Amino acid sequence: MEITVHHYIVISCLLFIIGIFGVLTRRNLLIILMSVELMLSAANLALVAFSRFSSHLDGQVAVLFVFIIAAAEAAVGLGIVIAAFRHTSGVRVTSWKELKG
Amino acid sequence: MELIIAAIKAIVIVALILQLIPVLIWFERKGSAYIQDRRGPNRAQILGIRLGGMIHNLADVVKLFCKQDIIPTKASRIIYVVAPMIAIFVASATVGVVPFAEPLHLGGLTIPMQVADLNIGILYILGIGSLGVYGVMLGGWSSNNSYSLLGTLRASAQMVSYEIAMGLALIGLFLVTGTVRITEIVSQQTGFHWYAFTQPIAFVLFLTSLFAETNRNPFDLAEGESELVAGFHTEYSSMKFALFFMAEYAHIAVGSLIVSLLFFGGWNLPGLDFDWIRVYPEAALSMGLPALAVGAIAFGLFLCSKFRRHKYNDARDYEVLIFGVPHVLIGFLMIGATLLLHGTTLPTWVGPVLVAALQMGVVLAKTLFFCAFFIWVRWTLPRFRYDQLMDLGWKGMIPVALFNIVITSAWLVFVH
Amino acid sequence: MIEAYLFYFFAVTTVLLAVTVVVQPNPIGAAVSLVGTFFSLAALFVLLHAHFVAIMQIILYAGAIMVLFIFVIMLLNLEPEKVKLRTIAGNRLVQGSAALYLAGVIALAFFGWRQFFTQGVVANEMEGTIEAVGKLLLTDYLVPFEMTSVLLLVAIIGAVILARKPVE
Repeated sequence: MEITVHHYIVISCLLFIIGIFGVLTRRNLLIILMSVELMLSAANLALVAFSRFSSHLDGQVAVLFVFIIAAAEAAVGLGIVIAAFRHTSGVRVTSWKELKG
Repeated sequence: MELIIAAIKAIVIVALILQLIPVLIWFERKGSAYIQDRRGPNRAQILGIRLGGMIHNLADVVKLFCKQDIIPTKASRIIYVVAPMIAIFVASATVGVVPFAEPLHLGGLTIPMQVADLNIGILYILGIGSLGVYGVMLGGWSSNNSYSLLGTLRASAQMVSYEIAMGLALIGLFLVTGTVRITEIVSQQTGFHWYAFTQPIAFVLFLTSLFAETNRNPFDLAEGESELVAGFHTEYSSMKFALFFMAEYAHIAVGSLIVSLLFFGGWNLPGLDFDWIRVYPEAALSMGLPALAVGAIAFGLFLCSKFRRHKYNDARDYEVLIFGVPHVLIGFLMIGATLLLHGTTLPTWVGPVLVAALQMGVVLAKTLFFCAFFIWVRWTLPRFRYDQLMDLGWKGMIPVALFNIVITSAWLVFVH
Repeated sequence: MIEAYLFYFFAVTTVLLAVTVVVQPNPIGAAVSLVGTFFSLAALFVLLHAHFVAIMQIILYAGAIMVLFIFVIMLLNLEPEKVKLRTIAGNRLVQGSAALYLAGVIALAFFGWRQFFTQGVVANEMEGTIEAVGKLLLTDYLVPFEMTSVLLLVAIIGAVILARKPVE
């Protein structure tokens, strides 16, 4: 059968849902960051699918920018993880409660 | 039909790279021995024939097969087993886009001499090469050994830093070639117009980063044989160690192949006109075959003249004869073929096939030259210290690569 | 025909590996599964004829960002956590709205797309080659391109300062 844009949208939505599920459920900060990368990849897939099925290549240029921003965000996020690990000796987000209340 | 041709090409090319590994291992041992003023391994034999040390590869294979396969108790089993597979996958997958000759035009069929002629060319090699870090990283971490972990962290930091230098050096090359397809880059290097002379800085930088990417001396503190036991493959035994070992040599072979294609003219030799050979294969053969025949007969007679009946008093005496007599016979066969072909016209497919074979031969010769260069440098230069290595990568090579890009762009804008 | 088989194969692989990322208790296992997900996504990009984006995905994501992730996991030497899959962190309001949103997205994706997408269903012939995308990047999108270099510089400085050892 013909592969249309809808197939790719379904996959993109599934990836996005799995990413959100990871962010909301896991307590390890690194796996939360990885789930955020999953969500960004879902958006990338949707962008490229739409770019293919219309007549613009702008979607693929936008994907390149998403790559660069994701790289910058991953670098800074991991720097934060290392700094937080040094000060609190844990990457469980449930144990960072000093600001609560 | 195309699928079958692509599958055959994939199998042949990967088999070719894997068969270069024993040659490299033999050359490493003998070459390093002669550099260090000794003889190297020459004891392994089959029925008395020693072949100058080549049988040691077979002995190694048998030994590595029969060793006990250990998995440390606290290692993560899946990652421990998968890491060597990643290493050899990277080394073999890189060779998929590398062309060995110009596309072969047979009748109506055009067969590109590579597995896939991608329009992203060299970027594919950069991408798959950056996956080589995973083999080292996962291997060292999953061994659950602090020496392995130290070796891993140093090795992966080194590989990632020198990937950047490699990419920046290649950008200087892309500015001059205007394309990233390897077939077109090689086609542009006709005559003496090799990119090693046009872009010398990029050539030197790329070669140096290739040394660092393959974890080869003088950048080999990942293996650090005198420092870290054996670095990231300390805990690996038998076939998994053999896979790491083979992956390193395959990576060297593929890296040499890429350097010879990008910078050293690939299949072009100054003075060799392939279009003429393609159209007039009879004339080319009638000139080339007698020359080769004379060379073969001379070499065969020289070998046979070295025959001394009682030098060793066993089967080794006859080794020179085993090599010399076939050379003489082949020489006579070639002269016979020349005389037979005199005056006949060959079918049209002989020209292109002859050109393809010749080009493959030139590419392989240049690859072997660079492999020998790798081995030569290994046993000549001392090893870098870790901080010296990082300084060189970040503070030395990246500014030089950027400088190269600026100079090249300025030259292109103002002179062209 | 063969494109349909390849699409289904890589789609299933992507989703399965993504689920493994989220469910895996061991961080290194999750990282390796994420690398696999990026590979399958690159294959899907190639099926969409976006070659440059696919190879950039492998070079940047699988080759650099995930190496950084695994580096940090090794440095911090994290141990596996027990994954409790039934609770979503937060109070009832967060859990309720998350469930509603997810149900809505699933319903839309699987059942409701025909009403919303009536055009742009047929593939066009534009190939995402490096020349085409590069030309677009350096003419129409030159200013964002230069801004991303500034962004990366800021990110480098930030990461170096954050991860530096505290000055005694």
